[in-house]
Amino acid sequence: MQDTSGQGQNSQQHPTDTTGVGAAADHTSNRLPELSGNGSFGRPTPRHDGTLKVTGQARYAADHPIRRVVHAVAIQSTIANGRVKNIDASAAEKAPGFLAILHHGKAPKLYRPSNDFMSATKPGEIRVVFEDDRVYYAGQYIALVVAETLQQANYAASLVKIEYDFLHPVIDTDQAMNTVYDPEQFFGEKLTAQRGDPDGSYAAAAVKHEATYSTPLEHHNPMEPSASMAEWNGDELTLYETTQWVVGARNTVAETLGVPQEKVHIVSPFIGGGFGCKGFIWPHSVLSAIASRQVGRPVKLNLTRKQMFSACGHRSETRQKVRLGAAADGKLTSIFHDTLVQTSPVDEFIESCGTTTEMLYSCPNVGIAHHAVRVNIATPTPMRAPGENPGTYALESALDELAYKLKIDPVELRIRNHADTNEHTKQPWSSKYLKDCYRMAAEKFGWSKRNPEPRSMRDGKLLVGWGMATATYPGMRNPGAAKVRILQDGSATVVSATQDMGGGTYTTMVQVVSDALGIPVERIQSTLGDSMLPPAPVSGGSMTTASVLPAIRKACEQALTKLVQTAIGDENSPMHGKKEDEITAQNGRVFVKGSSPSSGNTYAEVLASKKMAAVEGEGFLQPGEERKKYAFQSFGAQFVEVKIDPEIARARVTRVVSAFDVGKVVNPTTARSQGYSGIIMGIGMALMEHTIYDDRDGSIVNSNLADYAVPVNADVPDLEVLFVDKPDPYIDDQGIGARGIGEITITGVAAAVANAVYHATGQRIRDLPITPDKLLQV
Amino acid sequence: MDSPGWNRRSFLKAAAAAGAAAAMPDIAVPEPQVKPDVPASSQSIRLKVNGTSRQLNVDTRATLLDTLREQMGMAGTKKGCDHGQCGACTVHVNGRRINSCLTFAVMHDGDEITTIEGLADAGQLSPMQAAFVEHDAFQCGYCTPGQIMSATALLREPVGNTDDDLREAMSGNICRCGAYPNILAAIKSVRSQHS
Ligand code: FES
Ligand code: FES
Repeated sequence: MQDTSGQGQNSQQHPTDTTGVGAAADHTSNRLPELSGNGSFGRPTPRHDGTLKVTGQARYAADHPIRRVVHAVAIQSTIANGRVKNIDASAAEKAPGFLAILHHGKAPKLYRPSNDFMSATKPGEIRVVFEDDRVYYAGQYIALVVAETLQQANYAASLVKIEYDFLHPVIDTDQAMNTVYDPEQFFGEKLTAQRGDPDGSYAAAAVKHEATYSTPLEHHNPMEPSASMAEWNGDELTLYETTQWVVGARNTVAETLGVPQEKVHIVSPFIGGGFGCKGFIWPHSVLSAIASRQVGRPVKLNLTRKQMFSACGHRSETRQKVRLGAAADGKLTSIFHDTLVQTSPVDEFIESCGTTTEMLYSCPNVGIAHHAVRVNIATPTPMRAPGENPGTYALESALDELAYKLKIDPVELRIRNHADTNEHTKQPWSSKYLKDCYRMAAEKFGWSKRNPEPRSMRDGKLLVGWGMATATYPGMRNPGAAKVRILQDGSATVVSATQDMGGGTYTTMVQVVSDALGIPVERIQSTLGDSMLPPAPVSGGSMTTASVLPAIRKACEQALTKLVQTAIGDENSPMHGKKEDEITAQNGRVFVKGSSPSSGNTYAEVLASKKMAAVEGEGFLQPGEERKKYAFQSFGAQFVEVKIDPEIARARVTRVVSAFDVGKVVNPTTARSQGYSGIIMGIGMALMEHTIYDDRDGSIVNSNLADYAVPVNADVPDLEVLFVDKPDPYIDDQGIGARGIGEITITGVAAAVANAVYHATGQRIRDLPITPDKLLQV
Repeated sequence: MDSPGWNRRSFLKAAAAAGAAAAMPDIAVPEPQVKPDVPASSQSIRLKVNGTSRQLNVDTRATLLDTLREQMGMAGTKKGCDHGQCGACTVHVNGRRINSCLTFAVMHDGDEITTIEGLADAGQLSPMQAAFVEHDAFQCGYCTPGQIMSATALLREPVGNTDDDLREAMSGNICRCGAYPNILAAIKSVRSQHS
């Protein structure tokens, strides 16, 4: 057992600045109280929307009460390649309640949108629904039937007869190798890159490891199936949606319909989970709109669970070749990470497994490559930590194998290869406390008691295994805007066109306002999920917190400034005639600096005296020069215990301890839940989840929640989530200091489980999920 | 609708026929009364939902879930799968928890139904609802009505006292957000007040 406590000199006293890049940006405003003063920022805060959610009042897309709404049912292709030869709707048209059928021969003209992520126009698939008679994958939309009631729509749809010209589909990667190509980039990141001499250094390495790791095709399966409810009022469309991106939905739907953006209004106050599959804009949002226009009534289209397996993306399967070379002391001398993924015939999405490898560890010789094949499966899409998640599974498994070859403790091996700077971008980190994560989680887990010998630890007849892995995800940020109003009764509202799919945005928005304005959280109302509000980015890439909260603080400052100006200009005010910078605020009061707060006025008094309803502040902020200077990245450590019953070859996770460095933790309550969430989905990825296609016809064998197994309560053991909780000094200039947290928590989990399984059994499973059949085979 | 030509009834018919034939090979299987391609009719029933009795004309094909959501305007009960595989649609029928997507409304004439909308008393959260908020036992909240209905019914069920007993008894309710540890904590806190 190696000593894991000596993780650098700075492990006991928390380093204030591990990067040595100098003092933090000056973010103090003259008037706003310091963050983390007496407010709720940084303290456990119950969910602002909690009561709505436990009473059934939270309205998800299909829940909004709309008068005279009728129902649409989608018919999807049962073949995976070919053409639609004939659609016979004659019987359906006679069915009770039938209103309309739409298909490629009977649909309004639709347009391909511009497909530009940065301008917030991003369809899940660039081919427009009902574009022609071609079929590219099973589950592609073929027709849409509308009827008065759901039962009538289902029945009418069952009467539609579709004939196909069938071509043999290509489903398996091996069969598709004639289509292989090297995609260039993934959202601006190069997918083929090299530094130093990965080949030469590997040849010369003292210790070598090379293996191929594979992960299966997976589906997000949020509990809420996608739904879209469309209502036209003249030429104006309101869409009740379940989307991670109200602004993107508005722009994409408008461009697809060929109508101005201003005519489309997206409403999505609650989202029943998304995990990426509600990020880009998928055809159902357009289908409900054209159906509604056709029948002249509001239309509700609720996808079935089965349809969710082809209607809104998935994570591609991956095959990853990882090659590591190291000196005898464990220092990495060569890393090569080569990834092969699938994409669809109609669009490209690349699961970019290698990009993290470029910077996760210190190594002078690194190469990455990505290849893709086209198969007759729907287009993949981001799924919780796209790239990083399967990528870290491969890299962190390989490191564990290397650690055994070197006879070095896996934690120690990672510390010896700690990247003090981002060697790929050659930037210092904005802040990085990865060594603290290793130390905190290892101590809590009891890692020092581990006997590294495989099969050496037992619990009765059960084999016990302990494994660990590094977690990581970028600290992204995009432009974000918000408005804050201080109202006449002294309460406040905060609005932004962001989303809350469970991460807790409703609550963190309120926390920031509460802290900045000194108003209790109960007296602040947050509103989001509406495309008419000030624009915010997609709730993806873990960027909501860093993009939206700084803008909110800025908006608070402006609102307070207006309030102060109001007081100064009011001859009845004790602050009348003072200069702006002579006035300060505290606990909902404004007053002259240095005097007692009671000498001033409450916000309500200031507004009432001038007979004003409210003052409003606006904030719009975007990342700037700091992005050129620093690399923003979150890190963490996952420690996992598995117990394996050798008689039935079943592995169960029995304990997880994780520690994350995500900058400042705005709300420890919801942050811990995000931790649980990622870890549990990671357990599913490691032990259960895979979507199985029938190679003969491209259909999905397990497109339901009984056969696509996800973790249930009985699968989840005691979990412990720790946070370093040190602000990132550079990510914003408002002193929020928080990087996102939704995705990092899943990264590394599958590798830690696989490493624990090896420790328990001596069997290395390099193909997820680790199901009993694979454990029996080895 | 996923595959044209099949609907719930034709499937039930085929499944029933296959099942009966396998179990009792010598007994003739009676022809079902309704031909599969004829749409079902409607029927008048009385449902007592959250204490209020209502007379309804329901499509005999409508599940209890769809009747609550689409006909009665009570959208608190959620649809996650429509196949009895996720628990999002859990309600109480005469005090017992069931998946409302797996039962037809027409089968519940005279029954007492409790949904998530009926748990709070005059705006006062039930102990289980309050515990879910206190323990942050959800993220997106979509599975939550079903989780709370299951957890509330569980208080009256002969479920053991270990964490694993509770986890098992709650495993018919999937939470893709992974709120399981907090759901467990919420239920434990209510149970300890109970006993
Ligand atoms: S909707 Fe009824 S169990 Fe899933
Ligand atoms: S809270 Fe989202 S599925 Fe349970």
